[in-house]
Amino acid sequence: MISFIVKRILQSLLVMLAVALIAFALFQFVGDPINNMVGQDTSLLDREKLRQDLGLNDPIFIQFFRFVGNALRGEFGFSYVHRLPVSQLIGERFSATIELSFVSAVIALVVGVPMGIYTAINRRGLLSRSFMTLSLIGVSLPTFLIGILLILVFGVSFRWLPAFGRGEVVNIGWWSTGFLTASGLKALILPSITLALFQMTLIMRLVRAEMLEVMRADFIKFGRARGLNNRSLYFRHALKNTLIPVITITGLQLGSIIAFAIITESVFQWPGMGLLFIQAIGDADIPIMAAYLVLIALIFVLINLIVDILYVRIDPRLRTSTSGSGGQ
Amino acid sequence: MSLLSIKNLKVEFPTRHGNFVAAENVDLEIEAGEILGIVGESGAGKSTIGNAIIGLLERPGRMAEGEIKLHGNRIDQLDEEMMRALRGNSIGMIFQDPLTSLNPVETIEAQLVETIMLHLKMDEAQAQKHAVEQLRQVDIPDPEIRIKQYPHQFSGGMRQRVVIALALCADPDFIIADEPTTALDVSVQAQILELMKGLCKKRNAGMILITHDMGVIAETADRVAVMYNGHIVEIGETAQILGAPNHEYTKSLISAVPRPDKRTDRFPLVTYIEAAEETADLVDLSTHWLGRSRDFGTSDSDMLNLKKLHMKFITRHAFFERNRLYLDAVKDVSFSIKSGEVFGLVGESGSGKSTIARMITGIYQPTGGEIHFAGTDLTQLKTANDVAPYRRQMQMVFQDPFSSLNGRMRVKDIVAEPIKFHRLAETNSECDEIVFDLLNVVGLGDKAAIKYPHEFSGGQRQRISIARALATRPRFLVCDEPTSALDVSIQAQILNLLKDLQEELNLTILFISHDLPVIRQMCDRVGVMRHGQLLEISKTEDLFENPSHEYTRELLSLMPRFEFASH
Amino acid sequence: MSSVKLTRMQSLKRNLANIKNGDLWYSFWRSPSAIFAMVIALVSILSAVFAPIISPYNPFDLAQVDLMDASLPPSWMAEGSENYFLGTDDQGRDLFSTILHGARLSLLVGFASVIISLVLGVGLGLISGYVGGRTDVIIMRIADVQLSFPAILIALLVDGIFRVALPKDLHDLLALYVIIVAIAISGWVQYARTVRSSVMAEKVKEYVQAGQVIGLPSFIIILRHILPNVMGPVLVIGTIHLALAIIIEATLSFLGVGLPPTTPSLGTLIRIGNEYLFSGEWWISLFPGIALVVLALSVNLLGDWLRDALNPKLR
Repeated sequence: MISFIVKRILQSLLVMLAVALIAFALFQFVGDPINNMVGQDTSLLDREKLRQDLGLNDPIFIQFFRFVGNALRGEFGFSYVHRLPVSQLIGERFSATIELSFVSAVIALVVGVPMGIYTAINRRGLLSRSFMTLSLIGVSLPTFLIGILLILVFGVSFRWLPAFGRGEVVNIGWWSTGFLTASGLKALILPSITLALFQMTLIMRLVRAEMLEVMRADFIKFGRARGLNNRSLYFRHALKNTLIPVITITGLQLGSIIAFAIITESVFQWPGMGLLFIQAIGDADIPIMAAYLVLIALIFVLINLIVDILYVRIDPRLRTSTSGSGGQ
Repeated sequence: MSLLSIKNLKVEFPTRHGNFVAAENVDLEIEAGEILGIVGESGAGKSTIGNAIIGLLERPGRMAEGEIKLHGNRIDQLDEEMMRALRGNSIGMIFQDPLTSLNPVETIEAQLVETIMLHLKMDEAQAQKHAVEQLRQVDIPDPEIRIKQYPHQFSGGMRQRVVIALALCADPDFIIADEPTTALDVSVQAQILELMKGLCKKRNAGMILITHDMGVIAETADRVAVMYNGHIVEIGETAQILGAPNHEYTKSLISAVPRPDKRTDRFPLVTYIEAAEETADLVDLSTHWLGRSRDFGTSDSDMLNLKKLHMKFITRHAFFERNRLYLDAVKDVSFSIKSGEVFGLVGESGSGKSTIARMITGIYQPTGGEIHFAGTDLTQLKTANDVAPYRRQMQMVFQDPFSSLNGRMRVKDIVAEPIKFHRLAETNSECDEIVFDLLNVVGLGDKAAIKYPHEFSGGQRQRISIARALATRPRFLVCDEPTSALDVSIQAQILNLLKDLQEELNLTILFISHDLPVIRQMCDRVGVMRHGQLLEISKTEDLFENPSHEYTRELLSLMPRFEFASH
Repeated sequence: MSSVKLTRMQSLKRNLANIKNGDLWYSFWRSPSAIFAMVIALVSILSAVFAPIISPYNPFDLAQVDLMDASLPPSWMAEGSENYFLGTDDQGRDLFSTILHGARLSLLVGFASVIISLVLGVGLGLISGYVGGRTDVIIMRIADVQLSFPAILIALLVDGIFRVALPKDLHDLLALYVIIVAIAISGWVQYARTVRSSVMAEKVKEYVQAGQVIGLPSFIIILRHILPNVMGPVLVIGTIHLALAIIIEATLSFLGVGLPPTTPSLGTLIRIGNEYLFSGEWWISLFPGIALVVLALSVNLLGDWLRDALNPKLR
């Protein structure tokens, strides 16, 4: 098992290196960094000096190592547009995105998993069928449209909830939280529901499909033939087998919530990393794009790693591999 | 009063093409301590009866008529709650596949204790003790340790023992066993049957044993019911049914079982089930394309000669050599097959016999050794062009008739593909002619050509597979378990067909099977394999009468035997 | 020889009978939602294709646009004009016509990117699954890395790279192609992974081995035997991907990195409307939104039905 985790960590490092390479290539090959830093009237000589100072004339791999080294320290240079260190810009917005994503993930899981189980067990029930139809509508509704509709109803028509921004925040060290003020909590409601809805439908459909698959297995039939009741068959035997694959995919889905936050943040003008990123794309602000990419990759890799370890903890076939076929 | 009685049972499955009747007019009585075998071919309705008794018919099946009584009380009208109380408690059921019958993420103990506590009034500590005792009764060594383990830590045979322990842990007095040994090797099968027989007698429980295998019936059952097409055609003492059957179907079925005790020329009465068109006279093979221009040159030398053939599979991939795990599937096997001979390879699953077939036919590249075919070492040929003429001379018939044909192609195109690829016909119409003739030779007829494989039964598909193998006009045919996926009567037809073709076309055949009686009926010489090694080679009669290797003797002793009706 | 000569006609009739009696056909007519979805999808697709003929105005023709008519509500409302059924946008363009033309662009982007994705993904999946070994490892590692990022992020990134690499005016000109490529690149992994695992399952089946025994070269085995047998799931993914591609395009355009306001897709229209949401001109974003959802939903319904119909286990 330890060798399995070590292998996973090595793979994760490889992924991070690949992403770093892409981010570096952005700097290197797309546009001229000097052009983006200085004004039109800078002389050629000054440009060359700047180039020398920044180490842009060094061999590529040295530049890459320097880039990785800086990235490890959280340094991604200055934003072309904001003229501020990228690390500072992202740091200010990091907590906003994380809080939004966390609340959405909780909503998506707490609602999605039970709904998936329910629709699998009562496959032909009226309520399940309507859940399924609703979920299909949910998948067909683009996130930004959900946001707009919610704003239209609750923000514009009824004026119950704030339609944009984060409300009042409290700073705890470098972390700013909206959890501690009433306006902060109210501001969180619409964006988090918007962000959660799509993931929720996905999780629900996934849990349902996996559960139905397991319910067809021979060991469920054998359990029935031993007189086990439905509660035990569903929640003890089927659910445990269902959750093992579900954990992997759900983990990945939760990771993608952070990336999906781009859209929600843009609709609600939520001051997070996503909003910063989308503005950076519009402005071709490469340092921010690169930093965001690396950060998101890091979060994904960490989530993946946790999911893998969980997987091994839960599935006895991986935990005790004394016999049976080896590997995947 | 009998333990279980079934009167006039009728089970039907509503479909969009009307009601499908799976079983009808079924009457059965089972006494305590008795084992009743239900035998029949696939689709006969055997399993339906078991499922109807325990109230677990698959949707949308339902019991349309009849009654089922346990201890004289009707159980077919009980509500779900009462029926559930009976399952596991009064009626135990054992399924076919031990690999999928157990919950993979719970320990054996958890599954046993749950069932025990559900049916017997015990607290957890008592249930745990009882669970260990149950494992001991199914002869699992070190039950105290093994009970803490998960299903994947048990071998197939051991898992089936666990399944039996689970089915019987609440001491039901009636047991349904649905093909309990079909997924197991012969040696394991004998032990499991012995165990089930013993438990049945010891606990004075009645049992229905559902199987397609006459040998299993002969070894285990007290009485037998023979099913055909949803009906019981004959029921009686095992000895009477097997020795002096009355019904035509039973006679036909028994005559189709390959005899382990002597070699017969052809299987006599095998037309009851699936009429194949009699066709050999339609095409005169001696003058036909199939028989013509087989100018391979005659030589008395060996057709095939394997020298120290070796195959190594990677079972765990790894970047570094030292972390990889290998399995030696075939270890330095050498033998030769003479021209016109039928050579048999026999062994249990995993013995490497199929791997040898796949190396000879070029599906796998051997990791060592030589394959001499008609004097040429095939392992030395490098380019596709060099190999092609030899590919054309050897063909293969596969085991699984459902996966060996591409379901997206018409039969005509399947059979024509090798002819076209090797340019064996001048024109398209000549190719069509050949295809039609081939389909006639294997007993399918012209009309089969425009159909798709899924429109045929397993036996018919195997005929298509044979037609495709013959389409390159090969002189060497590899048959890899060609009948083990088929019902016994269909098997008899296919074996008859192979014998006819072998004689008329003077084919050389490598015949691979795990089934000793089939080997005896088909082969001139036999090699016995175990764990990738060839243990002995002898003439078929010598092998069966005077086996020299100990393992061969063991295999022969495990072979189910029964007294044959004289036909 | 009494061989039956088959005419083409006979074989054609048989094919037709096979389709009619086939389970797919049967399950289609049994499923009201599938029929409903098919009708809606066909109507949407046809009206989008024929948008230049059906739509009352040409929104790209500046001569037909009158800024005086800007931001008129739908015709049934008090201030609405009979000339504009669904009202007008901020520049005075007829909303109904703009929606038709927008849907046309959305569908164009959707179909084009799905086809590119499909060809790319199926090809790589076939190679990966059949060849195996290092080739497989490399392709699948790339797929794994990409799969850990949502499609929308990949599309954003690809779009961002083009945005940086191309001068602004050239980018606007090429926006349509850029977005097609971006969505196509973000989607190939699904196909590749599915096809690969199907190929791995198929290639150990005996009909493939039979082809090897005959001596057929690998590319014939792959194209003639394996490909037709793995197309079922590809069809399902393709349908669902079409809906997703339409949504991604709309999202990108909504975020302002997709199609420019001069050639608006549904997403661009919603973006434009979003700015007028608080001033009460809700129709500018609502109607394109409804059109988008109806389009995506009908395609999704079709995909959902197709998946169930092609999955023998669910019958």
